[in-house]
Amino acid sequence: MLEVSNLATEFHTPDGVVHAVNGIDFELRQGEFLGVVGESGSGKSVTMMSLLRLIPMPPGKIVSGSAMFDGDDLLEMETSDLRKVRGGKIGFIFQDPMTSLNPVLTVGKQIGESLKLHTDATTRDAKRRSLELLELVGIPDAEQRLKSYPHELSGGMRQRVMIAIALACSPKVIIADEPTTALDVTIQAQIIEIVRDLRTKLGTAVIWITHDLGVVAGLADRVIVMYGGRIVEEARVADLYATPQHPYTRGLLRSIPRLDQKGSDLQTIEGQPPSLRKAPVGCSFAPRCEFAFDRCLTDTPQLTTVGFEHRSACWWDLDNERPRDEL
Amino acid sequence: MNSEQTAETTVDTAADTTVDTVNQGDREVLVSVSGLKKHFPIMKGVFRRQVGAVRAVDGISFDIYKGETLGLVGESGSGKSTTGKVILQLEQATEGSATFDGIELTETKGEELRKLRPRMQMIFQDPHSSLNPRMTVASIIAEPLREHGKGNAESQRKRIDELLGQVGLSPMHANRYPHEFSGGQRQRIGIARAIALNPDFVVCDEPIAALDVSIQAQVVNLLEELQDDLGLTYLFISHDLSMVRHIADRVAVMYLGRIVELATVDNLYDDPQHPYTQALNSAVPVPDPVVEASRRRQILEGDIPSPSNPPPGCVFNTRCPLAEDRCRTEVPEWRDIGGGHYVACHLVDDKSA
Ligand SMILES: Nc1ncnc2c1ncn2[C@@H]1O[C@H](COP(=O)(O)OP(=O)(O)O)[C@@H](O)[C@H]1O
Ligand SMILES: Nc1ncnc2c1ncn2[C@@H]1O[C@H](COP(=O)(O)OP(=O)(O)O)[C@@H](O)[C@H]1O
Ligand code: SF4
Ligand SMILES: [Mg+2]
Ligand SMILES: [Mg+2]
Repeated sequence: MLEVSNLATEFHTPDGVVHAVNGIDFELRQGEFLGVVGESGSGKSVTMMSLLRLIPMPPGKIVSGSAMFDGDDLLEMETSDLRKVRGGKIGFIFQDPMTSLNPVLTVGKQIGESLKLHTDATTRDAKRRSLELLELVGIPDAEQRLKSYPHELSGGMRQRVMIAIALACSPKVIIADEPTTALDVTIQAQIIEIVRDLRTKLGTAVIWITHDLGVVAGLADRVIVMYGGRIVEEARVADLYATPQHPYTRGLLRSIPRLDQKGSDLQTIEGQPPSLRKAPVGCSFAPRCEFAFDRCLTDTPQLTTVGFEHRSACWWDLDNERPRDEL
Repeated sequence: MNSEQTAETTVDTAADTTVDTVNQGDREVLVSVSGLKKHFPIMKGVFRRQVGAVRAVDGISFDIYKGETLGLVGESGSGKSTTGKVILQLEQATEGSATFDGIELTETKGEELRKLRPRMQMIFQDPHSSLNPRMTVASIIAEPLREHGKGNAESQRKRIDELLGQVGLSPMHANRYPHEFSGGQRQRIGIARAIALNPDFVVCDEPIAALDVSIQAQVVNLLEELQDDLGLTYLFISHDLSMVRHIADRVAVMYLGRIVELATVDNLYDDPQHPYTQALNSAVPVPDPVVEASRRRQILEGDIPSPSNPPPGCVFNTRCPLAEDRCRTEVPEWRDIGGGHYVACHLVDDKSA
């Protein structure tokens, strides 16, 4: 349904070029829940913002790629058509709802505007639909809340409003960028529960970006792992956690403690995440990788099938403890 | 009900119980907090009249044993940082007592307090804003040494190199500035500064919250090594319940200025008693799809009330799935339900009762 190929985005800043996203391929299927995990700066947000051409240009520049959605390339589409897609067929939810909600408009006005822009709803339809949406996302006293301004709501309630707006035009895809990162854990649990519930009700496909490997474990069908502006691994959720094939994914899973297990030693990934100021040569994980060998420093590993619906970008075959011959 | 009796009556778990239970008789209390409160006045109007108070910490009691790590968990605004600051006398207590090595801190002032300072230190969440950007790493670490007249320039120089080594940095780093370092390295600088004066007790206030996932384990492992090497006692404040399970010996759970439960890590995570602790545990996602698929989730309704207007009775009653009438009027007693497992809830029975 959404197919992204060879997407690359750079930022041309006074201090030089930031190679934020370096050739990314992935697809999103009908009704699927795709988790995107990676540490801060790994290029998660820039990837999704590039798809909707929401990055500031300049300094941003999409240097290559295509993003086929419903038969059209989002990256080539007329701006006026793209505007209809944003908030229409593709809804989005950001980490901080305060930056995407208009502080001087009531909740009801904001949902209504979106409805009127993307559908032929009348003011009365919009009012009724807004009310339904707020009820759908579990906002109590929905009628009252329509008259509230964003600052009058708690963080959790604001995020529910964002979800309601994202759902307003019955989108095919929702892109959620760290939607629960700023929330307390009991409020995060509420939001996750709503999303779980809505998915079974509406069947919308979701791309959920997070740095928390716990959050997507219980939500996603498939997971993409990003590092240094690239996808390093992609698999069905069960396989990714049970048999990670990339040294970074495996290292990350071993470095995080678990609530359901007694404390054991945490293994560490030594070193720091890569600087994106240099054009990447070889594998960007190589300086931190315990398996790195000479080829890793010169040749960039591409995503290769390593199992059923399982792809990894690494020259080393973890299972057989030897270099991969062919990629 | 003491721990020995517990062990006798529940034979099949006796082995576990003896391992879990802190033998309070043997262990030396380093920090003791009793009935501690910190209320921040809310001022209004041109005459700055007090119209209310934020009850950031509202009557908490616990001990920290020498050499242990006490985890302090809770959601934002529950009063964790304020608790740490009041113990270290960076904020003045409104009421109650806090002792360190038997000394009443709330009555210790001026020069006497200054002399105690080296023994009690703090590591902050944001290594960026807690390090002076215009000072070199060497002068940042040397500052406490100078302030407390520890050694001459030569011995301070040596001490700085030693400290840098202890936190996994190199002497080469001494003349650089904070902005030249990554977040994890800056946190190491903050840690070096905190241990420079050989403290006994360190409050670690969300020391990994601002760090990348792959860097968190590095810093936590460092804190654990230093604890072993230097015999440190930690109050480890965090909203990350999984990391606290890893690092702590005992854990206190805070909600709206109160501690609602305190127990050994194993008891707190495997046998939580307070409805809030139970909900909190069930809300934390586990990085394992198999476990997640079969987990029972308990979703709390509503938001955390404001600490300037906490509900009467049990502070948790507005969100508690079990709340009864008396929960809305009577403050539940903070009590040991057996083996050093403390809970404040009307509905929790003593262990093996
Ligand atoms: N407007 C911008 N100008 C310059 N660099 C940017 C800009 N936006 C993002 N970047 C850089 O792009 C890289 C990827 O960022 P991002 O996609 O936001 O990471 P993530 O969402 O995974 O944390 C980072 O190095 C970031 O600093
Ligand atoms: N200096 C202060 N003045 C007024 N209110 C404060 C101050 N410091 C903290 N508070 C309030 O006290 C409550 C507890 O804060 P804090 O101890 O920082 O919580 P936590 O560390 O658990 O997030 C919050 O409501 C906070 O806004
Ligand atoms: S390609 Fe080489 S350096 Fe990169 S992850 Fe694989 S083994 Fe490690
Ligand atoms: Mg981001
Ligand atoms: Mg705090």
